[in-house]
Amino acid sequence: MQWETVIGLEIHTQLATQSKIFSGAPTAFGADPNTQACAIDLGLPGVLPVLNVQAVRFAVRFGKAIEAEIAPRSIFARKNYFYPDLPKGYQISQYELPVVGKGQVEIVLDEGTVKTIGVTRAHLEEDAGKSLHEDFQGFTGIDLNRAGTPLLEIVSEPDMRSPQEAVAYAKKIHQIVRYIGISDGNMQEGSFRMDANVSVRPVGQAEFGTRAEIKNVNSFRFLEKAIQFEVERQIDLIEGGGTVVQETRLYDAAKDETRSMRTKEEANDYRYFPDPDLLPLEIDADFLAEAVADLPELPDAKRARFQADYGLSEYDADLLTASRELADYFESVAKDSGEPKLAANWVSGELMAALNKAECEIGESPVSAAMLAGLIARIKDGTISGKLAKQVFEGMWNGGGDADRVIESQGLKQITDTGAIESMIDAIVAANPAQVEQYRSGKDKIFGFFVGQVMKQSGGKANPGQVNEILRRKLQG
Amino acid sequence: MALDRSDIEKIAHLARLAIAPEQTERYAADLSNILDLVAQMDAVDTSGVEPMAHPLHMAQRLRPDQPTEPNQREHFQSIAPLTDSGLYLVPKVIE
Repeated sequence: MQWETVIGLEIHTQLATQSKIFSGAPTAFGADPNTQACAIDLGLPGVLPVLNVQAVRFAVRFGKAIEAEIAPRSIFARKNYFYPDLPKGYQISQYELPVVGKGQVEIVLDEGTVKTIGVTRAHLEEDAGKSLHEDFQGFTGIDLNRAGTPLLEIVSEPDMRSPQEAVAYAKKIHQIVRYIGISDGNMQEGSFRMDANVSVRPVGQAEFGTRAEIKNVNSFRFLEKAIQFEVERQIDLIEGGGTVVQETRLYDAAKDETRSMRTKEEANDYRYFPDPDLLPLEIDADFLAEAVADLPELPDAKRARFQADYGLSEYDADLLTASRELADYFESVAKDSGEPKLAANWVSGELMAALNKAECEIGESPVSAAMLAGLIARIKDGTISGKLAKQVFEGMWNGGGDADRVIESQGLKQITDTGAIESMIDAIVAANPAQVEQYRSGKDKIFGFFVGQVMKQSGGKANPGQVNEILRRKLQG
Repeated sequence: MALDRSDIEKIAHLARLAIAPEQTERYAADLSNILDLVAQMDAVDTSGVEPMAHPLHMAQRLRPDQPTEPNQREHFQSIAPLTDSGLYLVPKVIE
């Protein structure tokens, strides 16, 4: 039988606030356990949560970025369950009326077609603490520093039909939250966590199959593998005469499989109700306008503009808009040098390769945009050849100063003095009479030998155009 | 709406409340009465009335995003039954 995969994602993205969503405790990553957990985060009696304005602003920015409706009035609710890293016995979340309503994003599939993925909603909520199960015999250690950290949970429609589509969507959301500056998106630190709802159905069937939820995936590669495994597991199960059970599963990267979390039957009975400690959140036109006033150009728009304004290919435009920092860098090089195509080649070629090799981000690049533009200017005005430019780039990368300094200190300046090139060629022609004879008897290919000799003699610095022209003239005899 | 014994046991378990078996019937009766009152209110025609999420007709006040809470770990952990290396210790929980 032919099966169709149906995937929906819930993405928890940590908002980049200084303080918690409902308390004034700081949110810095990596602090000593429980040093950033105040009375509100600990759920001590008699405390009152007060909503952080920046968390609301960030949610609104996201809503605007995905063309969603922003609810003029939304409600906070208590989601009740017991777990030691949730000291209150409930998580403050949003249930019936979330702050961000229906929106959408576009993903580009392998074959270049564009697919629209619906976003059902996005709501504000608080994170729980961390449980450490390993270090204490018979006990679990609880660190509540993360408790109360603001999250935006972004829920998609079940619009994705393959693990690859799910990854493309997740990457798009990741790109957006970083572009608009609401989250650092750091996956190692847990700032971007994905849950995947996966089901299969016979091709052509209208109703969905029973879904399993894969919880807490923190890398795009694992997301793809986890869904792939889960799809195969469900198909094997059904084809073997079994049925899929609706349950929560965990992905084990070491074994590359998903496992049931064996939760109790009533575990999903969260008994949501409006939190009496919090009044309805009202967002008026002024707040909305202020929140999105400095919203930057979004990735899709930037990609289209790079293609139109700079004549970039779709591939290059996609690559160079992957992050806002990279796009800004490229644009600055393109503008300063006046050579967008060369700028694109250098940024996506030498620079990216060097960054990857050094495992650093664009913001940490020892070669600034101005320096790279300076290098391109020297290629353009003929000071250096394209070949030696790579050497200059390396010099700049290794701290040799800007392009002019590296060219000067390493003596890489192109030789354009016709007299100097002529005398070099005269000597080479005189020293290789046999090859000259071959050329003159019609063996054109030997020309390359002469070019090579001149370049060798000049240390690669002779202007190639001039070398060709003078060589031809001299070899004619 | 009438709640029976098993409803009460389930609700008590979800709320992690220990209820003595002889009290179950009384809770069932009390909670059923409350639900009857809700049903009575439900019967009132409220079409055109906007549902309230809170008895106060006010909007949530917002707080500036500034850390204001100092580290008081020692103070808070002085009332905890068990701590180690800055962590609260609880009986082992495994999923």
